[in-house]
Amino acid sequence: MRIGVFVCHCGTNIAGTVDVADVAQRALGLKDVVHSEHIMYTCSEPGQAAIQKAIQDKKLDRVVVAACSPHMHEVTFRRCCDKGGLNPYLFEMANVREHCSWIHTEIPIATDKAWDIVKMAVAKARQLEPLYSNEVEVNKDVLVVGGGVAGIQAALDLADAGLKVTIVERETTIGGVMAKLDKTFPTIDCSACILTPRMVDCAQHENIELMAYCEVDKVSGYVGNFTVDIRKKASMVDWTKCVGCEICVQKCPAKAPDSFNVRLEPTKAIYIPFPQAVPKRAAIQVEHCRWFTQGKCRVCEKVCPADAIDYEQKDEIVQKRFGAIVVATGFDVFPWEERYHEYGSGKIKDVISGLQYERMLNASGPSGGHVRRLSNGEDPKTVVFIQCVGSRDESVGRPYCSSVCCMYTAKQALLTKDHVGMDTDVYVFYIDIRATGKGYEEFVKRVQTEFGVKYVRGRVSKLYEENGKVMVRGSDTLLGEQVEIAADLVVLATGITSSPGAKELAQKLNISYDEFGFFKEGHPKLRPVETNTAGVFLAGACQAPKDIPATVAQASGTASKVIGLLAKDKLKTSPMIAIVGQKDCVSCWKCIEVCPFSAVEKQEVRPGDFRSHVIETVCQGCGVCVATCPVNCISLKGFSTDAILDQIEEVLQS
Amino acid sequence: MAETTTTQASGAASGAAPGAAGDRPVKIIGIVCNWCSYAGADTAGVVRFKQPPNLRLVRVPCTGRIDPLFALKAFEKGADGVLISGCHPGDCHYSEGNYYARRKFELLERMIHHLGIPKERFKWTWVSASEGQRWQKVVTEFVAGVEKLGPREGRAL
Repeated sequence: MRIGVFVCHCGTNIAGTVDVADVAQRALGLKDVVHSEHIMYTCSEPGQAAIQKAIQDKKLDRVVVAACSPHMHEVTFRRCCDKGGLNPYLFEMANVREHCSWIHTEIPIATDKAWDIVKMAVAKARQLEPLYSNEVEVNKDVLVVGGGVAGIQAALDLADAGLKVTIVERETTIGGVMAKLDKTFPTIDCSACILTPRMVDCAQHENIELMAYCEVDKVSGYVGNFTVDIRKKASMVDWTKCVGCEICVQKCPAKAPDSFNVRLEPTKAIYIPFPQAVPKRAAIQVEHCRWFTQGKCRVCEKVCPADAIDYEQKDEIVQKRFGAIVVATGFDVFPWEERYHEYGSGKIKDVISGLQYERMLNASGPSGGHVRRLSNGEDPKTVVFIQCVGSRDESVGRPYCSSVCCMYTAKQALLTKDHVGMDTDVYVFYIDIRATGKGYEEFVKRVQTEFGVKYVRGRVSKLYEENGKVMVRGSDTLLGEQVEIAADLVVLATGITSSPGAKELAQKLNISYDEFGFFKEGHPKLRPVETNTAGVFLAGACQAPKDIPATVAQASGTASKVIGLLAKDKLKTSPMIAIVGQKDCVSCWKCIEVCPFSAVEKQEVRPGDFRSHVIETVCQGCGVCVATCPVNCISLKGFSTDAILDQIEEVLQS
Repeated sequence: MAETTTTQASGAASGAAPGAAGDRPVKIIGIVCNWCSYAGADTAGVVRFKQPPNLRLVRVPCTGRIDPLFALKAFEKGADGVLISGCHPGDCHYSEGNYYARRKFELLERMIHHLGIPKERFKWTWVSASEGQRWQKVVTEFVAGVEKLGPREGRAL
């Protein structure tokens, strides 16, 4: 065996704390190591060329690179070995950066640890075998989960590229949060005017199937071959008959909370969220319907001209197959009432969230675009905006910046002047103004100068009611003074939180999420729209808070990645999978019981003699069967028991 | 194979177990899954969360791949502690591998003192890919616990 070891400086990232020359020198003393060198940047072109040259010149049959995390560059170096004429699976990586140089400061300690890590990698390399990929057929249909602007953009891009797309949306209409917005910053474009034509495009596109009022129930399979159970929720209205005439909504006697209008005013038990809904179909909120709660009424059934009401409807599961999945489930508004007791916990009528104010400003909202006090219906004379409610506030568990609130507050402040009158007093309490997008800073300046909105730098400590006003008590940290403003209306720039159910969906898709419920991208810079589960992609605010331009850009990026994936007719599968030594198999079938992918089957090796067999294209290489087999006859390629034990033994040896 | 001081580790005496517990730093084997805890350790590295240098990591695809034998082998070969970490329940990249792991390691944790190994030398836990800070905490606390016991004398197994 002829092993080559390459120790990377990574500039000073590794060489700053690890004596790379010493590690490379020591490696030469290891059994089977015939070549060792240290390279400034191993991943660079000259670095990779050096590896390939050594493979040729020194006839290396194993390569160990001591550098960064395999999550960073394992693929890079496998490809490098492949091009150098070595089977890519005869490569092993020693992580001496993330797991060593970056977490230690003293050179002798870090050097010794790096040396241990290299020894372990060499020990593992000795156990590696050449592996060869298989190919599987690819299903070219795409599932887009979520029909907000991210899902809409991704779906249209994919459909335009000729791929069949299914959009699954849990509400009765697509459009997401953007459909609720009045205007968009910094151009004051009408949100609906931009969005609704795109919604209609989705409904009419020959390559898009719209599944509204549906949820993803179960996901199985793998990249290129996912099987998804989609739950069609019972709307109690036959959507093949419903024409969206809204007569049932007008006649329904039962009131129900209106989530589309953020509970500003009630809607009816049978409802259509907004006039431009796509699809425009009615649904019954059964928990508020008189027929379902009291056993009488059935008014909607009587008035429906299309005979579409069906009280007997049940949830239905539809199974579909896809090659790739785009997750675009968006976000929710931070539930400020639960955490900000100093702001009245939602009990002060004239303190509302940013999204509620958006609905109030909207011409199709409950007040027809008329800004008014919720306590008495009068026009407000003084409006106060408070930024960073549920953002940049560790006391409520939200240390991150929601990235959109500074801008939407500036927009709403401008619109307040526009709707109520230029003589309205408008204040904005802020910590910092974050206006980093194109034209954003100029927009905020315009709001301050041209529209005379007064920006006060400081936090608001308390809101309370006094003499029919909302008293806003805070500090002006620039003047170093306490301020108190008697406001008619207070709008909280409520931050972004992850969508309810995000965690459950992540678990169905086997993708990672952070402590706030935002989905984790493959790599923040190099794989921003992929997840660590092949074939599952991200778009929009489900990954992190972002505004509409960034969401749309990311959704198009996601679409291009999916198109790239599905451009191939066959996909190479990972060869690091389980294999059964059938000679020793005792046919206990425990492996079949534990396999999460149903990748193990009974194979008739001789008439009447059944042994365990791993289906290569289905196995995902988790190794659960390997650890379960009572006679140790299953091995996991790339992670054999010998490879694991040799690493442990090597590092513990004197 | 006996429990002796490694030349490398003794060179790193400043990161060692303090006091009279022993004259060499404790050596701890960590076995972690690729998707959550290995990546969590990466995250800790990227953010430069400093950790004690006593841990050596073995990467496996899933905690479900880990045979309890690996931990026992490590002890047999002289490890002073063994740390196993994977994805949080429900978050397994392979859906359910960590559930199988959980059963095995709960059992191992309960029986390990019968082998003459104090249970403080063995720990299994969950650290996700985004929990760099948690990884730092887990490593720091576990290493401190093992250092308290000091290097293992003789061979228990």
